[in-house]
Amino acid sequence: MTDPILEVNDLCVSYGKVEALHHVSLKVRAGEIVTVIGPNGAGKTTMLSAIMGLLPRTRGEVRFLGEAQPAVEVEHMVAMGMNLVPEKRELFGEMSVEDNLLLGAFMRHRLGFRDERETMEQVFAIFPRLKERRQQHAGTLSGGERQMLAVGRALMAKPRLLMLDEPSLGLAPLIVREIFHIIADLKKTGVAILLVEQNARAALQIADYGYVLETGEVALEGPSDELEDDPKVIESYLGLGGKH
Amino acid sequence: MDLQIALLLGQDGVVNGAIYALLALALVLVFAVTRVIFIPQGEFVAFGALTLASFQVGRTPGTLWLLLGMGAAVAAIDIALALKSGARRRIPQIAFWNLVYPLLAAGLVFFANPQQWPLALQVVAALAIVVPLGPMIYRLAYQPLAEATVLVLLIVSIAVHLTLVGLGLLFFGAEGSRTTPFSEASFDLGGIIVNGQTLWVIGASAVLIVVLYVFFERTLYGKALRATAINRTGARLMGISTVMAGKLSFLLAAAIGAFSGVLIAPITTVYYDTGFLIGLKGFVGAIVGGLASYPVAAAGAILVGLLESFSSFWASAFKEVIVFTLIIPVLVWRSLTTHHVEEDE
Repeated sequence: MTDPILEVNDLCVSYGKVEALHHVSLKVRAGEIVTVIGPNGAGKTTMLSAIMGLLPRTRGEVRFLGEAQPAVEVEHMVAMGMNLVPEKRELFGEMSVEDNLLLGAFMRHRLGFRDERETMEQVFAIFPRLKERRQQHAGTLSGGERQMLAVGRALMAKPRLLMLDEPSLGLAPLIVREIFHIIADLKKTGVAILLVEQNARAALQIADYGYVLETGEVALEGPSDELEDDPKVIESYLGLGGKH
Repeated sequence: MDLQIALLLGQDGVVNGAIYALLALALVLVFAVTRVIFIPQGEFVAFGALTLASFQVGRTPGTLWLLLGMGAAVAAIDIALALKSGARRRIPQIAFWNLVYPLLAAGLVFFANPQQWPLALQVVAALAIVVPLGPMIYRLAYQPLAEATVLVLLIVSIAVHLTLVGLGLLFFGAEGSRTTPFSEASFDLGGIIVNGQTLWVIGASAVLIVVLYVFFERTLYGKALRATAINRTGARLMGISTVMAGKLSFLLAAAIGAFSGVLIAPITTVYYDTGFLIGLKGFVGAIVGGLASYPVAAAGAILVGLLESFSSFWASAFKEVIVFTLIIPVLVWRSLTTHHVEEDE
């Protein structure tokens, strides 16, 4: 097995005196989709924010590309090749689709790469709809298109690790299927993906490995086909009908 | 009032309005990116003008000491932080901009005798001393409070403003100064005399506005500043650091302020505290634009300039009152027409 790209050990995060995340550990390897499922308020977004450096951690270690990352600094993590597509998308609404994508390559540009136009063509190949809308303001896009733009913008940075926070949130089932299809395809490009989802069924179908997060703790983990058959997971997250 | 007087007042108004427009743009920029209401904007106008004036009378401008002092303070803080966090490779860059650069500037001023330089070179030297003060002020006064509320940042702005005005008095004394005009030419346009400096102010302001437009619309760094203004979290996730955006916007604001000062220095006597009033009038323009819209802010500032020059003809005692009263109908109109959006923080 290859060394993990991301290794989180014993991560704790507190909001004031309230501890939101207790001793969470997880691993993501190259070319692997790892999903973290769990109910609303389980601490999934908190976990991603702490890994990314948006939130300070009270305890624990984040190792990325084999190096411990002590500095809590988002820009540093982006420069290292970690990108987060946040739950709220955080697009630049009054700017064009094309400018949003260009800014996705901001850190690469700062590091001296000048391949943003080629990368943009690759992103347009994955999301042809963005190409049609390239001159439109991001704020005028539909929900599904916004999610596509958020993912496309993150891909502009050519990440080693892509973290997706609830990509299915607020989208129609047909669009969700399309987005998940694209995420599964992204895996072939070699990027490691950490997928946080409430839609456990869809997430487990495309993931290789899964963690179940409940009230800030890892309640269960395992290869995703095993999790899909686990009676507890079926009962709490998949509902009747089980695996298929 | 006949047509000739109206044209004369109009010309005066447009010249002042052009300067207010530049300052209004800088204020909108700084507020949009950092949420700082940049009261000390006007001090950069005075510092730019008075630094140039010092060169012309053969004095060492006090702003040079300020550059050396603030540079040393920034270097001390940033190098200590870099050592603590293990980011040693940043040290050469910090040392260059905050220690070596001010020392080079000081060396040039002491040994090369700027009084003998051509005007263009003096202007460049004045800008080279005053403009870096912008990012240094951001580093020292605002960066530690980047997450504070707009009100706290406003209080800091007032403190910075009072400090800089005090330093201005210390550096340049209480007397005002004028500098030599960029051009001695004057033109007779249908009976009214237009002098060269007037055209310089209007032309340079227009060019600067176009340059700023191109910067924000066409360059990646310009877009990064806009992105930070629109969505700070989104920008950080792209690797656009809030600190970098803050320093860049303060650099631009300082450059716009100092350049405005250099432009007006030949047509008005500039005192150490002149900048405040000029800055405030730019601020009225910026308010017209809701501290958000660049074109409306610029138009508002030109309106302020015209209003000022016409009211100085009809009711000169009430000139300032009339200009600042403009803010009341503007605020009423804005609060009636804009939908209030809750600050999302």
